[in-house]
Amino acid sequence: MMRALTWHGTNDVRVDTVSDPEIINPRDAIIKITSTAICGSDLHLYDGVIPGVAPGDVLGHEFMGEVVETGSASDLKKGQRVVVPFTISCGGCFHCKQQQYSACDNSNPAEKQDMSATLYGQPMAALFGYSHLTGGYSGGQAEYARVPFSDVGPIVVPDHLEDDQVLFLSDILPTGWMAAENADIQPDDTVAVWGCGPVGLFAIQSAIVMGASRVIAIDHYPNRLALAKQLGAEIIDFRETDVREALMEMSGGIGVDAVIDAVGMESHGFAIDNMFDVVKQKVGMGADRASALKQAILAVRFGGKVSIPGVYGGMTDKWPLGAMMEKGLQVRGGQTHVQKYTKPLLEKIEDGTLDTTFLISHRLPLEQAAEGYKNFKEQQNEWTKVILKPGMEN
Amino acid sequence: MSQNYKIGAGLGGVVLTAGAIAFGAFLSNRHQNRGYDDAANHTKRQPEGYNAQVGRSVTIRKPRAELFAFWSDFANLPQFMENVEAIEAGADGASTWRIKAPAGQAVAVKTEIASKKQDVLIAWRSVEDSEIETSGEVRFEDAPGKRGTRVSLMMAYDPPAGALGRAVAKLFLREPQVQARHDLKRFKMLMETGEIATSARTRDETRAAKQENG
Ligand SMILES: NC(=O)c1ccc[n+]([C@@H]2O[C@H](COP(=O)([O-])OP(=O)(O)OC[C@H]3O[C@@H](n4cnc5c(N)ncnc54)[C@H](O)[C@@H]3O)[C@@H](O)[C@H]2O)c1
Ligand SMILES: [Zn+2]
Ligand SMILES: [Zn+2]
Repeated sequence: MMRALTWHGTNDVRVDTVSDPEIINPRDAIIKITSTAICGSDLHLYDGVIPGVAPGDVLGHEFMGEVVETGSASDLKKGQRVVVPFTISCGGCFHCKQQQYSACDNSNPAEKQDMSATLYGQPMAALFGYSHLTGGYSGGQAEYARVPFSDVGPIVVPDHLEDDQVLFLSDILPTGWMAAENADIQPDDTVAVWGCGPVGLFAIQSAIVMGASRVIAIDHYPNRLALAKQLGAEIIDFRETDVREALMEMSGGIGVDAVIDAVGMESHGFAIDNMFDVVKQKVGMGADRASALKQAILAVRFGGKVSIPGVYGGMTDKWPLGAMMEKGLQVRGGQTHVQKYTKPLLEKIEDGTLDTTFLISHRLPLEQAAEGYKNFKEQQNEWTKVILKPGMEN
Repeated sequence: MSQNYKIGAGLGGVVLTAGAIAFGAFLSNRHQNRGYDDAANHTKRQPEGYNAQVGRSVTIRKPRAELFAFWSDFANLPQFMENVEAIEAGADGASTWRIKAPAGQAVAVKTEIASKKQDVLIAWRSVEDSEIETSGEVRFEDAPGKRGTRVSLMMAYDPPAGALGRAVAKLFLREPQVQARHDLKRFKMLMETGEIATSARTRDETRAAKQENG
């Protein structure tokens, strides 16, 4: 038996004792987890706005650790230290072969594919520790995890790099990087990023590395905005400033060239449409709160680029469809194709191009995971990123 | 939702024709166009509850010959057809399918090859006087570019009379489309990845284990 963070309902997660994972398929491996993080995506589960989560589900999709057992077709070796991508991908299907790993045809069990196929037209791939729409795989906020397709996903990391330095290869670093890539940044571009959570911060850092001439970060938490500033961004606090006005002025009346929505479906704010959406989400009418994205679509210039790493699950109302069409925007989103980025980004960590530790605010024992969730949700200003460590002394 | 499938129903893509739709008619209609557009016949809108022509296609990133060879050996099919317990080859190309039925029962169906074209198609049907009448066909076509092979599966099924028949009918009528889809997806997984995806954490939690332990 092992200890694991399990979901029991809205705002109710607990560390329980559950069965140990086992090798089931030949390509599986079992990982003994040394570090695992709480993600903004986990907050969507905590807040009960993602369908298809069941009581007892083990959460967590950002994790790393030591290989302790391997299936007959795994190419990992016991004792290796690996970081595991949150996307589960087979490596051999049509999508994987084009490096569209988060669209893998084969990782979501056949009987779990129908729900998302109904919602989106085709089924979603599997993710660790998320909804049953994405497979319902046990996650990594636990002592051990079963990792399918272990010959494709996990990346072996060198011993001289600390857990803290490489853990985020599992999700938020590639996610921030892909968000910037999706914004198709050109040298003279001004890029505006909504949300200075971990994803937004890594998107800002990536945009700067990719050569954006100017990056503007938007949030309402002073501490998170300070982290953005420290990376080299200019900042806007949306509680104090009219964001659209400010961006028009800052871009000399053109509008910004590219926008990145690193907020997702639980946008904060008092815009009237957002208030409606808050109510609908609370009563289970399932409208995504998209006020940040709507604002971004109005702020971007004609012919501009819209990148959406923030997660949305369903529908939304009062969509600025006219602006989207008339302005001729390019819109790109998606769950991150993590496996595509792990190797090049590991190199950028090693050579010092990317700093991955500046945003870590708290390290807790796994036993205190529930507190970690509560604070990451309620004390966002100070709690910027939480790492959980199984076995750490209380 | 998953409970439906746990009990298990049918050959992949079973079609239950509760009345008496002749299989001959089914098979000969299947590739004809009823309308003026180019869509497959089984995707035409049909009256509510009319399941006479269920079919399903997937694209598998493997050469036609390899997929054809795997399917040609019927003993392989239970690996991905969840409700087929076993298929035993008999003499002269006949084989006996043991299909899981409600309450731990199994139904045996003897089939013969109706037609076979190397790397293109395999069709089978139950022998005359079978308790259950069934027929099926799988087709293999090259997919565009390097996408591999398009595999289409069609099956038709007519239940036996009497109590067992009614029980089987009830089971199979539930969601023949769903079963077809899932079995084909599992076939694709097996061919492309060498295994069938499961999100179980322990061996006891897999669908196969749960079926076995009731
Ligand atoms: N695409 C992917 O693969 C992927 C991967 C990881 C996370 N995500 C998603 O990215 C999003 C952000 O994740 P995170 O971990 O950084 O979350 P987070 O909750 O820590 O950060 C979100 C930030 O957005 C800010 N915000 C809220 N409303 C805003 C508004 N109207 N304008 C500007 N800022 C606003 C919040 O103050 C907060 O700082 C989430 O939706 C998460 O699910 C996507
Ligand atoms: Zn994450
Ligand atoms: Zn794949």
